[in-house]
Amino acid sequence: MKRKSQSKTARLTRRTFTIGLGAAGFVAGTAPFNIARAQGAALKIAVVLPRSGYLAPAGQSCHRGALVAPKVLSDYGYKVELVHIDCESNADVARTQTERAINDGAQIIVGAFDSASTLAMAQVCEQRKVPLVVNIGAAPQLTEQGYKFLVRNFPTGGMLVDNGLRLIKNLLDVTKLDAKTAVFLHANDTFGTAQRAAMDRLFPNAGLPFRLLESIAYDPKAQDLSVEVTKVRALNPDLLLVVTRAADAIKLVRDMVRQRFEPKGIISPGSPGLYDEEFYQGLGPLSDYAIYNIPWANPKAQMTQALEAAFKSENPKFRFPVECFNVGFTFEALLVAAAAHKRAGSTDGTELMKAIRETNITDHVIIGPAIKFDEKGQNIGIPSAAVQNRDRTPTVTLPAEVATAAPVLPMPGWQKRT
Amino acid sequence: MNLAIVLNVVIQGVLTGLVYGLMALGLSVIFGVVRVVNFAHGEFAVVAMYAAYLLFVTLGLDPLISLFPIAAAFFLVGFLLQASLVNRFVGRSEHEQFILLVGLAIIIVNGLLMIFGPDARPTNLPYSFDSYLLGPLFIDKARVYAAIGALVVSAALFAFFRYTTIGTAIRACADNLTGAAVVGLNVKRLYALTFGLGLACVGAAGALMVTIADASPLLAQAFTLLAFTIVIIGGLGSMTGALVAGILIGVSEALASFFLAPSMKSMFSFALLVAVLVLRPQGLMGRRV
Amino acid sequence: MRDMWSAIPVRGRVMLLALIALLLAAPLALDRYFISVFVLIFYFAFVGQAWNIMMGFAGQLSLGHALYAGVGGYVAALLWFYFGIGPWVGVFAGVAIAAVFGAMIGWLGFRFGIEGVYFALLTIAFAEFTRIAFDNMAFTGGAGGLFLLYDPHRTHEWWNLRGGPLLFYYLGFALAASAAVLTAWLARSRIGYQWIAVREDQEAALSLGVDVFRAKMIAVLISSSMTAVGGVLLTFYYNNLFPGQAFDIGRSIEIILAPIIGGLGTIFGPIVGAFILTPLGEGLIALTAKFGIDVPGTKAVFYGLTLMVIISLRPDGVWPWLKRLLGLTETKS
Repeated sequence: MKRKSQSKTARLTRRTFTIGLGAAGFVAGTAPFNIARAQGAALKIAVVLPRSGYLAPAGQSCHRGALVAPKVLSDYGYKVELVHIDCESNADVARTQTERAINDGAQIIVGAFDSASTLAMAQVCEQRKVPLVVNIGAAPQLTEQGYKFLVRNFPTGGMLVDNGLRLIKNLLDVTKLDAKTAVFLHANDTFGTAQRAAMDRLFPNAGLPFRLLESIAYDPKAQDLSVEVTKVRALNPDLLLVVTRAADAIKLVRDMVRQRFEPKGIISPGSPGLYDEEFYQGLGPLSDYAIYNIPWANPKAQMTQALEAAFKSENPKFRFPVECFNVGFTFEALLVAAAAHKRAGSTDGTELMKAIRETNITDHVIIGPAIKFDEKGQNIGIPSAAVQNRDRTPTVTLPAEVATAAPVLPMPGWQKRT
Repeated sequence: MNLAIVLNVVIQGVLTGLVYGLMALGLSVIFGVVRVVNFAHGEFAVVAMYAAYLLFVTLGLDPLISLFPIAAAFFLVGFLLQASLVNRFVGRSEHEQFILLVGLAIIIVNGLLMIFGPDARPTNLPYSFDSYLLGPLFIDKARVYAAIGALVVSAALFAFFRYTTIGTAIRACADNLTGAAVVGLNVKRLYALTFGLGLACVGAAGALMVTIADASPLLAQAFTLLAFTIVIIGGLGSMTGALVAGILIGVSEALASFFLAPSMKSMFSFALLVAVLVLRPQGLMGRRV
Repeated sequence: MRDMWSAIPVRGRVMLLALIALLLAAPLALDRYFISVFVLIFYFAFVGQAWNIMMGFAGQLSLGHALYAGVGGYVAALLWFYFGIGPWVGVFAGVAIAAVFGAMIGWLGFRFGIEGVYFALLTIAFAEFTRIAFDNMAFTGGAGGLFLLYDPHRTHEWWNLRGGPLLFYYLGFALAASAAVLTAWLARSRIGYQWIAVREDQEAALSLGVDVFRAKMIAVLISSSMTAVGGVLLTFYYNNLFPGQAFDIGRSIEIILAPIIGGLGTIFGPIVGAFILTPLGEGLIALTAKFGIDVPGTKAVFYGLTLMVIISLRPDGVWPWLKRLLGLTETKS
C-alpha cells in the first residue's frame, strides 16, 4: 500500500485556534513533520477525549476546557496548536487515533479520562517515545505500571480519599457537627471501586469521630436507586458518604426526598456527580448543601480568573464554577505540556519528557502547591478542597485560605428549601 | 427484618415494573406478531422520553397527558417504518433483521447525542419529589401516576385486541399466518398496524418513564435488553405475560438489591431469564407451541 | 489441503496469493497507524470467523461472544499477573475455560431446544451475568480493572507477547489466515456438511441420522475456543482488562458485524467484512475531520447508516457479490 503525500487543510471552526488535520478519505498518510523547528514554534498537542459514548458528558466538558486553552496559554507566553480527537469511549479508537495523531505530528498527547483508553494510548506513547500527560484519571495503577512516558497531573483514588477523609474531619471541627454514624454508598464502576478500596484501607486509621456502619455498592447502570436509598434509610446514618456520577446523584437525592430521609450531611470523599449541571437542574434548591472533597479550581488564582474569563466568553451557556474541575485539569495538562516545551526548547519526545518530569509550576489553576511529578510520574501534591453547593453553585469552603464561604452543616431539611 | 421496609421495596418494585412492562408490551406485540427482532426497541423508548421532555419544557405538558399525542405520533412512525423498510425484512433471517435494527439503533442514539448533547435531561414535575405516606410506607407519587398510566394504556391495548375486528385479525395473523392470508386478511397492512401499535406502546412507556428517570441516550441499550428479558420471561404472545413479567422483574431486582448486593441485582434478572429459557421456554404465561 | 486449493478457480488462487504476499510485505511500507488498524482488522476477521463457524455454518445465533474473548483474556492475564505464566501457555487455560462456558451454553441451549432469538438471548444473559460477576470479584481487579505491568527491559519477549505493533500484526495475520484455512477444511469435512444440514433443516438432518446435538456442540466448542484465543491476543496488546468493556454487549455486536456484512457461511466473508468495516470506521473519522464536522456522534450516525444500507442491498453479504464481480464463482459445488 503506497503512502500518498497529502496536504494539511486548515480548518478554523468559529471559535478556536485549533488546526484540524484533514485526510483524504482512508488514505491518511503523513507529511513528515519537521521536527527540527526552532524554538518559538507552536507545540503540537493532540487532545484525546471521549466526546461520544458513555463518557460523553465528562469528555465534552473537558473538551470545552481544551478549546479555550490556546488563547489563555498564549497570554502567558506559550504557543500551542491543538488537535482534538474523539476516542468514543472506546480503547480501539483511542489507540489507532493516537498513532494517527503522532503520524500527523503531534508532539505531546493529553487525555483521556477513561482508564482503558488512557492505557491504550500509553502503549503507543511509550513505544513511540511521545509524552502522555493524563489530565483526569484516578485509577492508581496508571502510574504504577512502569510507563516512562506518562505523567498524571491528577490525584489517585487513594489520594482523593485520604485528603477527602481529612477534610471531613476539618468540616466536622469547623461546623461542630455531632455525627456518630455514616454509610458509604458508591457506584460499582472503575472509579467507585477504586474509591471503595481506598476507603477500606484508609478509613480505619483516619481518626474520624463517627462509625462507618456499612459500605454499599450499587450498579451504575441501574435506572432506579430507590431500594438502595431504602437500605440506607433503614440504617439511618448521620452522614451519607457517596461516590457517584451525575445521573446517580440525582436519583439518590430524589429518592431521599421522597422517602423523607434527611441525613445531617451528604459528603463525597472525592467523586463527580454532585456538581454537574444536570444535578442542579434536576434538583433545584435540593441540590444545595451537598459537599464534595475534590481538588478544585482556586478562585483566587490569577490564572483561574483568566481561564474563567475566556471560558465565559466562549461558552455562554455553561457555567464555569460548575465546569471548572474538568476544564481546570484539562487546561493544566496543556499547561504542563506547553511549559515543558518552552523549557526544553525542543520537540524531541525524550527531551520533552525529561522537561516534563522536571516540571515545577507555581502559578496554576487548581489549588495546591506547585505542579511537580515524582519518579513514577505522579503529582502527589494535589490537595482537595471541601466544595459545597450553595445557591446551586459550587463554593469552596475549605481550606480557609482559598475559601469564599464557610461550610454549613447540618444540611437544612428538604422541606425547608426554597 | 423490618417488614414495613421490605413491603415498601416490593411496592416500589411493582410500580416501576408496570412501566417496564408497558415498554415490553410493545415488543411483545411486534415480536409476537410481526416476528421482527426489534433491537432498536430501547432506542425508540428514549426518543419518546426526549419527546415528553421537550413537550414539558416548551408547552408545560405533563407527560401523563403528552403520552397520548406521543403514542399517536409513534403509531404513525411505526406504521410507516414497517410499511416502507421493515416489511422487506419480515421473514428474513434474524441476523439480517438484527443488523438493520442495530444500524438504526446506532443512528438514533448518536442522533440524540448530536441534538441534545450527552447530559441527561431531567423533567421537573411539580410532584417529582412527593410521596404518599401510608403508615410506615413511603410511595412515590410519580411512580404511582406512571403505573396508573401504564395500566390504562395496557388496558386500552387489551381491549383493542379483544374486542375490535382489527384486533382479532391481528391475533389471527399471529396464530396462523397462512390461514389468515387464506381467509383474505391483508397481512401487510395488519403488520404495519401492529408495528404501529407496538411503537405506540413504546412511545407511551417512554413518556411515562420521564416521570421517574431522566432522558439520556445512554439508557437505550439497557432498555432494549430489559424489554427482551421481560418478553421472554412473560411469554411471547401473551400481553398479560409482559406486564406480569415486568412486575416480576421490578420486584425481584428490588428484593435482590435489598437482600444481596445492589451492584449484583441485574444478575438475578439474567439468571431468571436463563431459568425460564431452559425450564419453561414459552414463558410464564405464553402458550406452548 | 490440496483438495481445498484445487477447488479455488485459478483466478482466485492468483488473487489469494497476491493478497497474502501483499499483507506479508505491507509493514515495510505502512506506518504504525495503518499497522494498528490492521491489527484490529485481523482480530475482527479472526473472531468473526470463529462466530461464522457457529452461525454461518451451524446456524446458531450467539449475541454474547464477548464472553469467550473476555474469559480467554482474563484467564491468560491472571496467569501472567499472579504466576508469571506466559500467554503461549496461558492461552490453553483460557481456551479451556472458554470452552467450558461454551459447553454450558451449548448444553443448556441444545438439550432444551432453545432456538433462534431465544438462544441469542441465552448467550446475552450469560455474557451479562459474567460481566457483573467479574465486576464484583476482587481477585480479577473487579470493576477497577486488571492491569498488566509494562517492563521496559522485557519489551522484546515475543514469547510473552511483549512487543511492538509488528509482532501483533503478524500474529493477527497468522490467526486470521489459520482461521480461514480451518474453516475451509471444516466446511469440506463431514462435520461441515452436518452443520449445513442442521442449519438448513434440523428435523430433516435428525431424521437422516445426523447427531444434531453433537454437531452443534462441536460448533460451539470450536467457536468459543477460537474466540478465546483472540481475546488473549487483544489482552496482551492492550495490557489491561475491564469487565465493563471486555464482556460488554457492544463488543459482542462488534464481533458479529464483520461476518454478517462480509457474508455468512462463506470462508472469506468475515475477512472481507473486517476489511470493510474497520477501515470504514477509521475513514469516517478522517472524513468528518476533513469536512470540519466537529459534532461528536456524526461518525457513528454514518456508520449505522452504512450498516443499514449494506444489509438492505446485499443481505447475503458483500463477499458473494464481490465473488461474482471478480468472476470467481466456482462451477463445481
